[in-house]
Amino acid sequence: MDDLTESKLTELELKANEARELLMSTLLEAGSGHSAGPLDMADIFTAFYFHILKHDPKNPDWADRDRLVLSNGHICPIRYVSMAQAGYFPIEELKTLRKINSRLQGHPHRTALPGLETTSGPLGEGLSQGIGIALAAKMDKKNHYTYVLTGDGELNEGNIWEALMFAGKNKLNNIIAVIDRNNIQIDGFTENVMPLEPLRAKLEAFNWHVLEVDGHNIRQFVDAIGQAHAIYEKPTIIIAHTIAGKGVDFMEKDFHWHGKPPNSEEAKKALDELRTLQGRIVSEHQA
Amino acid sequence: MLNPSLKLNQKLFDKDVESKPTRAGFGTGLLSLGDTNPNVVGMAADLTESTHAHLFAEKYPERFFQDGIGEQNMAAIAAGLAVSGKIAFISSYATFSPGKNWETIRTTCIYNHVNVKIAGHHAGIMTGPDGATHQATEDIAITRCWPGIEVYVPCDAIEAHKATVASATTDGPVYLRYTRDKTPLITTEETPFETGKMYDYWITDNPQATIFATGYMLHYALVAAKELEEEGFPVLVINVATIKPLDEEGILRFTGHTKAIVTVEDHQVMGGMGSAIAEFLAKTNPLPMEFIGLQNTFAESGTPKELVAKYQMDVQNIKSAVKKAIKRKV
Repeated sequence: MDDLTESKLTELELKANEARELLMSTLLEAGSGHSAGPLDMADIFTAFYFHILKHDPKNPDWADRDRLVLSNGHICPIRYVSMAQAGYFPIEELKTLRKINSRLQGHPHRTALPGLETTSGPLGEGLSQGIGIALAAKMDKKNHYTYVLTGDGELNEGNIWEALMFAGKNKLNNIIAVIDRNNIQIDGFTENVMPLEPLRAKLEAFNWHVLEVDGHNIRQFVDAIGQAHAIYEKPTIIIAHTIAGKGVDFMEKDFHWHGKPPNSEEAKKALDELRTLQGRIVSEHQA
Repeated sequence: MLNPSLKLNQKLFDKDVESKPTRAGFGTGLLSLGDTNPNVVGMAADLTESTHAHLFAEKYPERFFQDGIGEQNMAAIAAGLAVSGKIAFISSYATFSPGKNWETIRTTCIYNHVNVKIAGHHAGIMTGPDGATHQATEDIAITRCWPGIEVYVPCDAIEAHKATVASATTDGPVYLRYTRDKTPLITTEETPFETGKMYDYWITDNPQATIFATGYMLHYALVAAKELEEEGFPVLVINVATIKPLDEEGILRFTGHTKAIVTVEDHQVMGGMGSAIAEFLAKTNPLPMEFIGLQNTFAESGTPKELVAKYQMDVQNIKSAVKKAIKRKV
């Protein structure tokens, strides 16, 4: 992974904002899907696809690529947006999300779209699949990393804790997990639905190296990945604290936006906000 | 008579016929795959020795992963290994895998269409004294409905070895069903075995009915056929070792003359092998059918012999079903 220069950081931040704009128009066109999670993971996906990952959009099956496994498949719109931005497929194709004959399934399907590492949607399964990929890499003496993204509500699933135990037992240092700690799930706030705290202590007790970052601070996140690369004796998990719906004021911190898309008025409002950096820039877009 | 061209075990009707559990065939099959294919990996969920995966685990520890008691994790890790080019065998009791982890397998192995081979052990009431919690009697139904999977149910330990080895060369997921208790050896090393193909194990002149049997229950069916022949009811007995893909051509060939059917399986009659054959024949050539298996009930603790008798899956029940099916012919 290269050093993150100031100019590259600015480029990534602009890219993330563009991703949010594409996301709003994609969700509007689709007419269904999730808003909050994809918005809050825009910065992290941008960091992965444009700085962290060793990958080749023109050769998605490249054997030595890093693997990015998305466990909480419902936030796939932001993955599709990042992939389109990176050149895996035309931006125009984002309009097919959730539509008949599309490669962009409502929840991601590996055999439908090159560049997806797994099929996901039913929660709690991605960390285990990532472990399988990481084990195979060790067996084949490959040096790539397997990154697994999970939600926080998803941690209610027992399978996650089975996987945490397994990776801790096997000291899998080529897997790095990232938890989108946005504090919401469908039925409400995570600490009301099924409390996760003290999360850090739980993860440490399962023999993982735990880091915590601001999930909207790309520099912090990239630094954490760099630290994780330097941990050899354990798997690393990064708790990325995010704001659900980040970037669109009326969606932020509101669990009602977990599972619904904006209507056309809401999307316009969201795009206005994104194009003006939440009103900080007055531009022709508001005219 | 036993079909001479299939080189079956000539002692299979003897009282002291050699018996082995089909899970033993899984153990030796997996071990031989380990010897010949470096991409084969194994996983177990704290039932390594009970499912005979220990033979592979001991010889190839670098390719074997002990998962503890977590069948969902095992299935999804296997899916991850398989997307990376491995052929992953996961071994547990069938009530737990593919029972408990059904959706995990559905999403990560089946829809994902990867080379995960699901070895489900302790299938059927043959599991005996452990009771109904551990007797998988729905596993054929819940696996054969998955698009893209193949389902193999070997009749004895020798066929179990062959089916296990064959599953590694099948592209995509396979469900393999094994039983706990010792059952008679019906086949020999020389008996032909090909996935997707039914074989006529008991043949006769002018048969009046066809018995399709799967798994160790094939032995009960053969005993029934021998007795029926002496009683003047000659029948065919077909070994259905592959339930999916179903050998449709075989079904038509083996029923074209008899026009009456009895299916025999240690499984719920709903959704099992008999259902698969009925689904096919209903749209091509409907025939009177009788179904031997569990009739919408759980079983209980007991010896396999006691259970087979109590749940009306014994030789006498098969014979009565044959006579009933013949009577129903128009």
